[in-house]
Amino acid sequence: MTAFLDLQHLEKSFGETRVVKDFNLGIAKGEFVSLLGPSGCGKTTVLRMIAGFETPSSGAVIVDGKDVTGLRPNQRNVGMVFQAYALFPNLTVAQNVGFGLKVKGVGKQEAEARVAEMLAMIGLPQLGGRYPFQLSGGQQQRVALARALAPRPQLLLLDEPLSALDAKIRVSLRQEIRDIQRSLGITTIFVTHDQEEALSMSDRIVVMNGGIAEQAGSPFDVYNRPATRFVAQFVGTLSLLPATVTDVAAGTVSVAGTAVSGLALPPAAHTGAAVSLALRPESLRRQGRPGDASLSGIVRSVDFLGSVMRTRVEAAGEMLAFDAFNDPALPPPQPGDTMTLHFAPDSALVLPA
Amino acid sequence: MKKFAAWAIFIFGVVYFVLPLIGMTEFSLKMRRGVYSFDAYFKVLADPQFQATFTYSIMLALATILIGVLIVVPTAYWVRLKVPEARPLVEFITLLPLVIPAIVIVFGYIRMYNTSSVLPLTGSAFGTDILLTMGYVTLALPYMYRSVDTGLRTIDVGTLTEAAQSLGAGWVTILGRVILPNVLVAVLSGAFLTFAIVIGEFTMAALLNRPAFGPYMQILGANRAYEPPALAVIAFAITWACMGLIQLVTRFAGHERAKA
Ligand SMILES: Nc1ncnc2c1ncn2[C@@H]1O[C@H](COP(=O)(O)OP(=O)(O)O)[C@@H](O)[C@H]1O
Ligand SMILES: [Mg+2]
Repeated sequence: MTAFLDLQHLEKSFGETRVVKDFNLGIAKGEFVSLLGPSGCGKTTVLRMIAGFETPSSGAVIVDGKDVTGLRPNQRNVGMVFQAYALFPNLTVAQNVGFGLKVKGVGKQEAEARVAEMLAMIGLPQLGGRYPFQLSGGQQQRVALARALAPRPQLLLLDEPLSALDAKIRVSLRQEIRDIQRSLGITTIFVTHDQEEALSMSDRIVVMNGGIAEQAGSPFDVYNRPATRFVAQFVGTLSLLPATVTDVAAGTVSVAGTAVSGLALPPAAHTGAAVSLALRPESLRRQGRPGDASLSGIVRSVDFLGSVMRTRVEAAGEMLAFDAFNDPALPPPQPGDTMTLHFAPDSALVLPA
Repeated sequence: MKKFAAWAIFIFGVVYFVLPLIGMTEFSLKMRRGVYSFDAYFKVLADPQFQATFTYSIMLALATILIGVLIVVPTAYWVRLKVPEARPLVEFITLLPLVIPAIVIVFGYIRMYNTSSVLPLTGSAFGTDILLTMGYVTLALPYMYRSVDTGLRTIDVGTLTEAAQSLGAGWVTILGRVILPNVLVAVLSGAFLTFAIVIGEFTMAALLNRPAFGPYMQILGANRAYEPPALAVIAFAITWACMGLIQLVTRFAGHERAKA
């Protein structure tokens, strides 16, 4: 499979600062890829290089086999959605959506039909005559999406499009954007610092840190098999316990005097090496199964999150987060209780300390 | 005590500014002996010289506004978009016409563009008109630039530009369809100020010897009794009408936005 969008050794420096370092990524046609990472890690800069707003210091942007690195933004046929909506305040919704068509010189009738189609797609067929300031944030962002898609771009780029919205609309718009993207089959890059957004929407996630792509993989892979310590900690909640390797062949480490065997150790691990045993809150349980390892600790806090109850247990000198489904028949644990938690060794990660 | 002082200043202002106006207006109505009449105004308005010079100045004002907008809007936009660090410098340059007297500028023009120069603009009436218009653009620059720059501050110039670019728009489309319409109110304020300045301007028009409204007012003032105050009242009314229009468009635009 050849990539529809191919980013080859992209580098970007502002003055002395290297903001993006040897960034490589191939994206298949119709794929939805998220760039996920903390603020300042270079996500926007990568997106802007694809759109043509920044010129890479080196490297190439290839779209559909053509090198577009030297093309100006208005020659690239790329749809862009911004965090701040960026609708043209002097134009109506319909004129905003039709802007790209008018620039392209599309005939009036054809443009009107396309605008109507786009407004129907975003579920706002009645609002063509309104001005942006008469719309809610969620409606404005939908219009911005319609405006970006109307000229049938080759790529759709979204830079934290949901960050300025209320929590509820943010979640419903996720689904809407994903549905529209699927129905059009448009190749999409979605920038976000919100791991939940990235996990729930993407075909593939690229986790970035300090200008580097740390890992690219499906949400399932990135979450369950993080390639680096950074990815493990940034995606999802993770409790880290200090441990020492005691047997490389059997995959055994010692955590606070307890031996845990059957772990997948990092390749460089040797006997006596200090490592971290990483546990997801949902891989811990109160009832042990055959083969489980177990740890005991003292309950420090219990947070009721609705369907889930999150308990923090102090064990091996660290806080362990533990999630259990809410069971009305079962009394919740109390702070100060002693609690034993079990986990399957293959659900634990061993990371270099 | 404080209130008293405020009132005292206010009354002083009224006396200082309004009394002469009233006196002048009253005098301009006394052309016919014994009764108030608009005779002086009819006389002025019927004067072909008045019509000619007034029309001339209006044409020049419109040309000045057009050229001013074409120079200032792209410049202020570009500075905000690409070289924001140069804004103080550009602002300083646009303020220079306030410090350099018009007479200096116009003598500079006459030296630079006289009939024995490379570009002998003063050699023809049309050439001199161009020179005069350019002088007016310079005079209006501080006001135009300020207005437009303030207008640009109210929109997110960078993101709107990028949004338009990603939709395929080039610079001309961006300026004409995105930037200009969004700073139209500011441009109009600048335009009305420019209009008021150009209509009353004397120094440049007189030294370049063009038949503008300012020199006409001066000539009339030296030779007549009742017409000059009438003319002054007319000029004053035009200026205030421009100020009123600025208020009106600003108010109207604010109202439009606030309807949300
Ligand atoms: N035009 C610029 N000039 C200088 N530094 C910049 C510029 N744009 C971005 N940066 C820097 O590059 C780094 C990455 O920025 P950005 O790509 O916006 O990160 P993200 O979108 O992941 O938050 C940041 O440290 C930022 O300060
Ligand atoms: Mg960003």
